[in-house]
Amino acid sequence: MPPAHWQHFEHEADIGIRGYGNSQAEAFVQAAHAMMAVITEPALIQPRHLISIECDEQDPELLLVDWLNSLIFQMSTRKMLFSRFELELDGSRLQARVWGEAVDTGRHQPSVEIKGATYTELSVKQQDGEWIAQCVVDV
Amino acid sequence: MDISKLNKIDDYQWRIEPRGDMQVPAIIFASEDLIRAMDDKVYQQVTNVAKLPGIVNASFAMPDAHWGYGFPIGGVAAFDPDQDGVISAGGVGFDISCGVRTLHTGLRVDDILPYQKQLANVLYRHIPAGLGSTGKIHLNKKQMDQMLAGGARWAVAQGYGEQLDLERIEEQGCMQGADPAAVSDHAKDRQKNEMGTLGSGNHYLELQKVVEIYDPDIAQAFGIRLDDVKVSIHCGSRGLGHQIGTEFLKQMTKSASGFGIQLPDRELACAPLNSGLGRRYLGAMRAAINCALANREIITHLTREAFREVFADSELDLLYDVSHNTCKLEQHEVEGHLKSLYVHRKGATRAFGPGHPELPAALRQAGQPVLIGGTMGTASYILAGTAESMQQAYGSACHGAGRSMSRRKAAKSWQGRQVVDELAKRNILIRSPSLRGVAEEAPGAYKDVSAVVEAAGHAGLAGLVARLEPMVCIKG
Repeated sequence: MPPAHWQHFEHEADIGIRGYGNSQAEAFVQAAHAMMAVITEPALIQPRHLISIECDEQDPELLLVDWLNSLIFQMSTRKMLFSRFELELDGSRLQARVWGEAVDTGRHQPSVEIKGATYTELSVKQQDGEWIAQCVVDV
Repeated sequence: MDISKLNKIDDYQWRIEPRGDMQVPAIIFASEDLIRAMDDKVYQQVTNVAKLPGIVNASFAMPDAHWGYGFPIGGVAAFDPDQDGVISAGGVGFDISCGVRTLHTGLRVDDILPYQKQLANVLYRHIPAGLGSTGKIHLNKKQMDQMLAGGARWAVAQGYGEQLDLERIEEQGCMQGADPAAVSDHAKDRQKNEMGTLGSGNHYLELQKVVEIYDPDIAQAFGIRLDDVKVSIHCGSRGLGHQIGTEFLKQMTKSASGFGIQLPDRELACAPLNSGLGRRYLGAMRAAINCALANREIITHLTREAFREVFADSELDLLYDVSHNTCKLEQHEVEGHLKSLYVHRKGATRAFGPGHPELPAALRQAGQPVLIGGTMGTASYILAGTAESMQQAYGSACHGAGRSMSRRKAAKSWQGRQVVDELAKRNILIRSPSLRGVAEEAPGAYKDVSAVVEAAGHAGLAGLVARLEPMVCIKG
């Protein structure tokens, strides 16, 4: 089984994010890493402060969008970036602890602000034993 | 896009006949070269829009159409509330009322050149730009609701901007029918520190010089002369609009089947105009339009302050302010009858023709200014709505170039510092908090906007008036 990882994929105007994992939760965590990597180099974000996030949604694909949009909301209102994620899934319920720090423009050189996670190329599926969670984000 | 799937009407108009669930045809306004360069997803998206309930006439795509979300970016579609028509959160998009405004400076290239660097630095200091930036204006709950109801008119009443600006803004600066109560607390939270901020990505404030005039009469009516210096501002409704888009997209997706709507794509999430959800979205979206208008008005005020630090007597008058992600109630012809329609423009600019009552008296004979943004290394264009454009696609035209290369590929192809240095050699000064952002926005990552505006001109969507090139670009 390959280790959990993430990648970006092409969209004409914006950018696609894709997380891989051995579980749905792991794939969701990797998708979050992929989203942060749209903004800056993830290694530059220090996991200094902890925030809790909860979502509740039956449809796994809409749950992925809710999870990513919750992170976008936290980034936007707290002016933070995140680099460490612990996530538990229990049916429709998602509980996460995320760590990050305040945006430091000089150090992070953030290239874009993400407006929202979209339903374009949205998919949460299991393929060859591996979970894949993906969508396009609007920047 | 496979051009063999389209019927050629003329050199700049191509038609897809209705088939399957399509209620109306799809029509693309573009040259053969532009169509061949379009992604196949544009075909899929423009035909999907034609399947939505209550759509009238056709689903249109502008010459700069590219792969968007649900709607193509560059998509225009109108819905009739009396025919079970819908309003679509996906059809407006996340950056509600994103748009462009252009200001006269009253100054000429020769006036600016000795102060160009100083002006670049002062503008950069005055205008909050980039991720994490906040404005100096912080709104409490009551002020937030007043801003959402009042738009640019609210901003002017608070001392940001000038009374005379208002007639040069769509809806005279205040979108009627906004419902601040339909805007969630989350959306308001995202906005409370973001008034007067530029944002990031492709948003900018540019100092531009007029390098070519195509239509001297209309240019004169617009107050544009060769070697004039103008300021153009491109930004939208910031976090508030993004959050409204996010929330209603989900609500509309989940409730579509309850309304008996089969969504060809979840991103086309919509609700009947005559439903509680449709009306709530309309009220919230109109509030977001006001947020965008207020935001551009405040940035205009900051720009004027910056200019006065360098040119104490400068007067910056507004040429016009256009929005390119909206849904608006307008009167248009359907099968020979005038109807009230909800016109969605997703990445498309309203382009009302001469004589339209919505236009201010000073511009009414010339037609509406259509402001088309380019990249920080290429040209921007000013066009004018034509009588013909009212008959083509509800008085709509293109909005910009569109990317030809993904952000990721652009960041790998260029270094931000190299882009800044190369543009400096051409006397274009870039100021940005993020070199990574500059690399992603490199001029080479965008399509040629000239081909797009030429096609818009030939298709009769809008007539070319002037071309402008950047001198200073403040990039978020």
